[in-house]
Order: sequence, then C-alpha cells, then structure tokens
Amino acid sequence: MLSSFSRNSFVRVAKSSALAKSTRAFTAATQMAVREAINAAIDEEMERDESVFILGEEVAQYQGAYKVTKGLYEKYGDKRVIDTPITEMGFTGLAIGAAYKDLRPIVEFMTMNFSMQAMDQVINSAAKQYYMSAGDLACPIVFRGPNGFSAGTAAQHSQCFGAWYSSVPGLKVVSPYSSEDAKGLMKAAIRDPNPVVVLEHELMYGVSFPMSEEAMSKDFVIPIGQAKIEIPGSDVTLISFSKTVGLCLEAAEALKAEGISAEVINLRSLRPLDRKTIIASAKKTGRVVCVEQGWPQCGICSEIAAILMETDAFNYLDAPMERVTGADVPMPYAVDLENASLPQVEDVLAAVRRTTYRKLAA
Amino acid sequence: MRIPILSIHPIKVLRTPRHFSSKSASRASKNRSLSSARPLPQEEVESDWGTIHDYKQRAMIPYHPARLAPSIQERTSAAQEMTLSYAGTVPIPITSNLQLIQPEDDTPRGIWPVYRLMVSTHRRRPQNALRTLEQDGEIRDPAYDGINQPVLRPDVTTPDDVEDNLDQFRAFLAHAHPYQSDEIQKSGLLRASKYPYVDTNSNNTLLRAHRQIVRLRQMDDILLNAQRQGRISFYLTCRGEEAILMGAASALEVGDPVFAQYREQGVLMWRGFTLEQFTNQCFSNILDLGKGRQMPIHYGSRALNYHTVSSPLGTQLPHAVGAAYRLKLAGEPNVAVCFFGDGSTSTPDFHSALNFAATLNAPAIFLCRNNGYAISTPTSDQFAGDGVISRAPGYGMAGVRVDGNDIFAVHAAVREAKQYALSKNAPVLIEAMTYRQGHHSTSDDSSQYRSVDEVLTTTENHDPLNRLEAFLKKHDLLSEEDVEVMRKQERNDVVKAMEQAERRPPVPMRELFTDVYHDMPLHLQRQQAQLEAHVKKYPEKYA
Repeated sequence: MLSSFSRNSFVRVAKSSALAKSTRAFTAATQMAVREAINAAIDEEMERDESVFILGEEVAQYQGAYKVTKGLYEKYGDKRVIDTPITEMGFTGLAIGAAYKDLRPIVEFMTMNFSMQAMDQVINSAAKQYYMSAGDLACPIVFRGPNGFSAGTAAQHSQCFGAWYSSVPGLKVVSPYSSEDAKGLMKAAIRDPNPVVVLEHELMYGVSFPMSEEAMSKDFVIPIGQAKIEIPGSDVTLISFSKTVGLCLEAAEALKAEGISAEVINLRSLRPLDRKTIIASAKKTGRVVCVEQGWPQCGICSEIAAILMETDAFNYLDAPMERVTGADVPMPYAVDLENASLPQVEDVLAAVRRTTYRKLAA
Repeated sequence: MRIPILSIHPIKVLRTPRHFSSKSASRASKNRSLSSARPLPQEEVESDWGTIHDYKQRAMIPYHPARLAPSIQERTSAAQEMTLSYAGTVPIPITSNLQLIQPEDDTPRGIWPVYRLMVSTHRRRPQNALRTLEQDGEIRDPAYDGINQPVLRPDVTTPDDVEDNLDQFRAFLAHAHPYQSDEIQKSGLLRASKYPYVDTNSNNTLLRAHRQIVRLRQMDDILLNAQRQGRISFYLTCRGEEAILMGAASALEVGDPVFAQYREQGVLMWRGFTLEQFTNQCFSNILDLGKGRQMPIHYGSRALNYHTVSSPLGTQLPHAVGAAYRLKLAGEPNVAVCFFGDGSTSTPDFHSALNFAATLNAPAIFLCRNNGYAISTPTSDQFAGDGVISRAPGYGMAGVRVDGNDIFAVHAAVREAKQYALSKNAPVLIEAMTYRQGHHSTSDDSSQYRSVDEVLTTTENHDPLNRLEAFLKKHDLLSEEDVEVMRKQERNDVVKAMEQAERRPPVPMRELFTDVYHDMPLHLQRQQAQLEAHVKKYPEKYA
C-alpha cells in the first residue's frame, strides 16, 4: 500500500488476464469474459426453471448496469426480467415475499454497497426466517452484484461486504474469480434452496478466461463450499478471493524467480469457508499469507487467522500468519490515494518475505 | 328466529356530509323539523375543516329519485351531522355509502369520510330515515335531542310487508354494494337484513365472529396476566381492535396469504389456530410450531397461510407485494392481505411497498389499523396530513376509510376491496379507525402518555364487542345468559390450555441447530452431536 503505486488499475487488469492465460494449461478452450459467463449461467437457469426471475435496477431495457443481463429482457419479457423503482429495501422485500411463495428470484444490486439499504430485509427476512419460522418460510433467493473496489468510485461505491455477509448464519456467500467460477457458482446459487449472496467484481467483468468444455455445459455446477487451488506450491500459501486472487497469482509468478514456491488458494466460497483446504494447505507449507481488499478488522483474513489458531494447523505453522488487507480508511477517490489504500503486488511480496524470514520488518 | 325486517325508502340516501359539532346538531333539531323544506344556510355548511365535496353524487345511478328531489335530499342531509372521533383525533364525518375511491375519481379534499354501516328503517317517512348503529345496539334517530330518545322499532314485521319491500330492498342493496348485487339477486338470504353476512338461515358467521371475539378477549386477558405473574416473558393484546380482525378475516379465505404485524392474533384464531397452539407458542414448549425460536405472539402457520410474525415494523409490506405478484402470475383468485398500524406507515418499507404494488399492478390489500398510538406517539405527531388514507391517491391506489369498531363495515370494505383487487389486479389501501384500549405491550405503561380517563371513556363508548353484543341482543340473536355462559366457557378453555402448555416439556436442544440451512451443514451436525453427547454425559445438570 505504501510501496510504489505507479501502475494504475487498467494495467492491473491486463496483467491478471495475461497471467490467467499463462497459468492454465488447457485443451481447446473458448475464451469467455466473466460477465458473459454470469449471463450464460442466468440464462440457462431461467430456461431450465420457469420460477426463476431476475429483478433490479436497469436489468431489463438497459441490458444491465454492467451489461451482465444483456439479452435477457428480449428473451424472457417483462414478467421475468423486471426493472424496479429505486428502492432497494422495497424490491428486496418484494423478492423475498415472492421467494416465500416458491418463486426463485435473483435480486441484482447495482453495487453491493446499495444492498446496505436493504440489509434488514436480507438478514432479518431472508437469512433468519427459515430458522425463525421453524421451517415454514424457505427463501430460495439469490442476491448478486459487484462487490469491492472499482476505478475511482470512492468510499460509498467501493466497500467489500464479504466479511459482513459471511458472518450471518442462514446465508451462503460465494465470490467468484474466473469465468468458470462465475458460471458454476451462479448456477449453484440459483439451484440452492437457501438464500445465497454472490459477490462479483466490477473490474473482473471484462476479463476473459478460457472455459473448459465441461464448463460450457448447461449443468456445470461448482458445489458451494469448495475452494480451488489455483497453483500448487510448497513454501507459502496465499489465500484470497475475488479480484485479489489475480494479485496473488502475479505475486506467485514473481516469487518463482526468487525461488519461493507459492500455493495460491482461491476461496470461491466465503460461507461456508472451505476449512479443510485451508488447513491442509497450511499444514503442507507452514506459512500463510491471506490477502483481501476489505478492511482489516473482523475481515475474512481474521477468520482464517482464527481457524489457524483453533485447529491442528497451528502446530504446523513455521511463521505467524500475515494479512494483506485494504487500508483502514474509507476508500478515497484520487488515483494515487486509491492505489495506496488497496493491496498491491509489492505488499503481498513483502508479506511473503516476512513469513519466509527473508525480511524482518514491514 | 325472528329477524326484524328493516325497510328502506327507495330514495338512496346520499347526502353531502356536513361537519357539525354535536352542539349544532341539537340546534338543528330544535330549530327546524325535518319536514321543512328550507335549505341550510351557507355559513353553517362551512366549518373549520372545510367542506367535503360530494364525490358520491357522481356515482349516482341516472334517473335516481334522489336526483329528482334535491330538496328531499337536502332535508335528509340535514340530519347527517355524525362524526367519528377516537383517540382525540379530528372528528371525521361518517358516510353510509361504501365506495372505494379509485385513482380515476376525484378525491376528497379535506378529511376523508369514514364508512360505517347504517340502516334505514322507516319506509313511510320520505325524509331522512337514516339511523346509525349505536353503541348500545339501538337504532336511533341521530337528530334526537339527547333527552327524549325516540327508539324506533322497525315498523314492518309481517311477511306481507317483507315481500312488499323486497324489491326495493334489493335495489337499494344492489346500489349500495354493487359487487354483491349478483349474490343479492340470487339468494333470498338478505331478505331480512342489510348486513351482508348475516345469514338468516343460520347466523353462523355473525355468531361465530362474536364467539371468537369473546375467546380472543379471554385469551388476551389471561395471557397478559400470565406475563405479569412471570409465567411468560412477553405478551401483546389486541383489545379494542377485534372488529377489524374478525371483520377482515371473515371476508377472506385461507387461500389469501396474511402478512401480519403482531396485533392480529384474531385473524389467526378465525382461521383455526387453536388455543393450545397459541399457548404452546407463548410458552415455547415441545409442541410449539415455532420450535421455540420466537418470542411470544410471533405466531406463524403455513397451513393457515399466516406468515410468521417478524418484529421489525413494516418489513411485511413489500413481502405482501411479492406474494401478490406471485399470485397474479399464477392466476389464482386470491389476494395478499397485509396488516399494519399507523406507526408503520412512516417506515420506508411502507412507501416502497405501496409504490411497487401500484406500479406492478399487484393484487394486495393493505389494511392499516389506525388505533391512535404508535407505542407512545399519538397520530397527531405521526401525521401532518389526513392520516393514512389520504396517501392512496398519491400512489395511484384505490382506498377507503372505515370505522374499525364496526365489524360490518370492516367486513363489507374488505370484501369490496378483494373484489376490486382481483378484478383490476390493483392494490387497495384500507384505513380502519379504532382505538388501542390496552398498552402497546407488556413492556409499556400507557398511563405515561395518555390519560386513564381517555382510555376508560373510549372503552365504555366505543368498544367493538359491546356494540356487537348489543346488536345481537337487540335482534334476539343472543341473550345475556348466553353471553355469560360463553364467557365462562371460553375462560375455562383458555385457562386449561394455558395450564397444559405450561406443564409440557421444553423444546429439545437438538432443535438449536436445525433449519439454519435447508440441509444441515457438516459443522452444525458435528456441534449438534457434541451437544447431545455432552448432555448425555451430565444428565443431572440438564434435567
């Protein structure tokens, strides 16, 4: 964060995609952007099940604020692709009421920051209601939207909600990185009878990834609660989710030159966290660095630190866990300030060097 | 059973409501008789609250006799100085014509009138024959001077007269309740009564409503005392609002999902929730349908289509809209009904839900129980405008204001609203004016913000149960002994149910982990097994 920040976000994006292509050795694969993958997932699920419908601001005629729902309005009409007035609390409540009555809504928040306006409905009426009504009121609903930072959108459009939502029992929370993740997790979320929050990322929407043949099929579902080891390694574990996985992949590339073999874990699912994979990897490498964009206090990295402390993995650690998080400030606007408040590759490298005792201080 | 036949004059009694204080009412009655043809002077028409436009005139049937005899109409309207006022609110003029003010209509400027069922007796008197259903069940000339009370007995009791008046009667009813005109024409059941759901063949519905209200009162009383004795932790009564609950519930079917706030246990009781189920929930025992997850009075029943009560105010309004949308898509002949109080109309959910319902064309009925207080906030602090109902045209919705202590009015209004909502796929807002006789809940002491005098006076004069009982006794449908016997029976039933509920064992501990997710995740299964092993190991600590 305090290291050099001459690169701007676009370069960051380009690097991730280049890395994505190079780190995957695949057979013939089609390139698909993350937004296309999400679009395909929603389209296929709407085709498969008539009770699935999507609502949100700008989803219909505008083709989606980020064009994620492109083409759906033309295909399914205004009964199943609904443009709503500007009231998150209202349309979230409406969708939840419909879900109580066995429809399967997908609620799009223009950004997850605006889901704060509907937080009472999401938590009190969706997450808790199955428990409170003793099984009477199930809520098979999906809340989706871009989460976390963007390019120059400042504090009220850049908050990461992974920590807040993943602390609530009754919700499932997933956060995809690549196009395959996006498609598989979205389909799993729509088919799941529990309320699921899908935290996408705006800067990843345009990034293309190769999609395997299996991923292109209509029944490609990634089970919720499974993390993915993007690159296996033996010296240090880098754990992250969503866009910062790209950061970890870059860091792993740079560390190879220094002779450090880094294992990169893409969490994919924040609730339930794949504790098995995290613990197994920590036992294997003995050093863990957790990277996230959100604020440090009570974040995802804090939960992983707790896991490492409370379980068997503690006995296998050779160094204390390091966290690389966003700065403990509301996101500023100016480019230099914004870059300073987000984790950069250099911060991850510095953290890794501390865990491997190649560097003593921050 | 002898049902008194109430005959009506064929003149439809439309009138321009006037705001008059009771003082000028008596003045009016002293100064001129009803047979005089002198129109009212202008200055008496204007009042502090402005004039209400006679929007109802526009709904008149062409060639209606009343149109041809405006003088008669004026005379009849002279006696209509009836206003309604609960909880010290602004006096609201009463109307006898139930009409949903639709978005296309000209809406009233000034105070929206409140609908209360009125009956007309003397057919031989061409002048005003409107009477109102009074607190004590009497049908009285509203122009009486307060000293000599001319109690008017229905003047038609012989079968011949019944046949005579039947067509006029039917025509009047068809006009007053247009959506029920088919029913009226087809069935002979309304031959004797104006009250749409008094079935003369078997007075089931009305007597059932009465019995349920008695039961509800007893349950509220006893469970409130149980909380004061420390046997349950919390309770909330609906005293004073029973007419709304039973009136609305009897106009709906089980297929209509109910989204309640927390003061609607009457609706659940009407639908069939037993005293055992109520008390089991309050005591959170092993038979509690809610598995011990909720505070008392947070009832819910999937079988009876009553959505589990959720504490945050107003959140059920958008849910109702969603459910209504789903019903519309499925083409079911049901509406989603949503209950809430005057305080909840200030929440953002109220605005979103009503706006949504109107723009999405969702068949939902929003029933506001305006009981004068939101905990300690009186409606004078809650609204600067004319209550809740004046917002309906702002959202482009139909609406009507009813007297919530008149069970017939509420029933008729909800029935009309359901027909409207289904035929036009449009929402309806109903504001029912009533008074909250009890405290907000057991955590409240209402003497801190309202005088005990006010409560006692309103309870004495405007209690829905007393009104209904008086009416039933007046028409020989019920006797005082019956009522006594019924009260005792219901009280015993409630006490028995409560004692049984108290003695039952608590919810088993394994239910702590179920229903968090659809399928119990591994970590919760493990924790459940751990807890069970622990309890098994130390049984004496968990007896």
